[in-house]
Amino acid sequence: MKCRTCGAKAAVNMRQHKLALCKEHYLEWIPGQTERFIKKYGMFTHAERILVAVSGGKDSLSLWDILWRLGYQVDGLYIGLGIDEGIGYSAESQRLAERFAVMHGLRLHMVDLGNEYGATISEFTRLTQRGKNKPCSLCGLVKRYIMNRITRDLGFEVLATGHNLDDEAAALFGNTLKWAGEYLLRQRPVLPEAPGLVRKVKPLCRIYEREMTAYALLRGIEYIYDECPFALGSTSIYYKGLLNHLENDRPGAKLTFYLSFLEARESGLFSEHSDVQQSLHPCPNCGQPTSAPGLCSFCRMIERIRGTNNYALSR
Amino acid sequence: MVKIILRNKEYELSPGRTLFSALEKIGILPESVIATSQGETITEDEILKEGDVIKLVAVISGG
Repeated sequence: MKCRTCGAKAAVNMRQHKLALCKEHYLEWIPGQTERFIKKYGMFTHAERILVAVSGGKDSLSLWDILWRLGYQVDGLYIGLGIDEGIGYSAESQRLAERFAVMHGLRLHMVDLGNEYGATISEFTRLTQRGKNKPCSLCGLVKRYIMNRITRDLGFEVLATGHNLDDEAAALFGNTLKWAGEYLLRQRPVLPEAPGLVRKVKPLCRIYEREMTAYALLRGIEYIYDECPFALGSTSIYYKGLLNHLENDRPGAKLTFYLSFLEARESGLFSEHSDVQQSLHPCPNCGQPTSAPGLCSFCRMIERIRGTNNYALSR
Repeated sequence: MVKIILRNKEYELSPGRTLFSALEKIGILPESVIATSQGETITEDEILKEGDVIKLVAVISGG
């Protein structure tokens, strides 16, 4: 298979695009596509400061690399979740995030969950009902809370995450199976800022997970390859597997699924709930927005932990 | 023989087939991996030769 641009031996073939590229042109194509989607969805401009949530995985490190190469003002945020489970998972992911920052001369902001909130994800998982049943859901809650807080506290205009097309298609698939209307309404490339909430963007939302893996490999980005021990057997990974079967038989199916959803919403298939923002209240403890009066989900969880184990609430 | 490695699993196949065909033969979705040979990524139409060692990089992550 030959590179469509130069005719050299192709390094990556993307059946969904009917496009094969050599290493050199693939490493140009991915940032070019990312820039196209940043502009298409009005994610941010070169005048704004961007904080990228970095996990040490291929997507977030590649996103940081791409935004840096495109000339954006971009810092990283690493949240130390304290996941060990006998393999030192968080320690290794932190090492890789720090290594990337040092190698590229970029600034990495760090938050250590154990130091700031008195418990690691592993401890939260053992001590809360939500964690016992759905550790990824608990981890998502914690990360969303901290990412929003740090982005605001440090004065960044926008928070970028490394969600790729497969992440989006799997989430859409899960939400569609349950017809989870509110989640479907919130699933978009850009979540605009709102009182107490920063703008959140997903510049890789139209790029396949396979393409991101190829980018990290070809760019020589060292990333954590092992799956998070808590994510093994997770629903999202199961959905990704199902969608890959579909993609294998129908190249482009995942992209069509996601883009058709975005287009359907734009054309009015889903009616927006105009009162969604109005129903948010500031949490009396931390000030971040929450949908029900009283403490937000994060602070309620911290309170429960404190009540059962004397953990200090540090904020 | 051709050796194909994915994480801690190894498969051995006869040469002469494409990578795409080899992956289907051992039940691995081409969409779920990137294949490398001698440190270079290769595409699915690559004809596998005697002695080739193909390392597969799994692409799925999440939670």
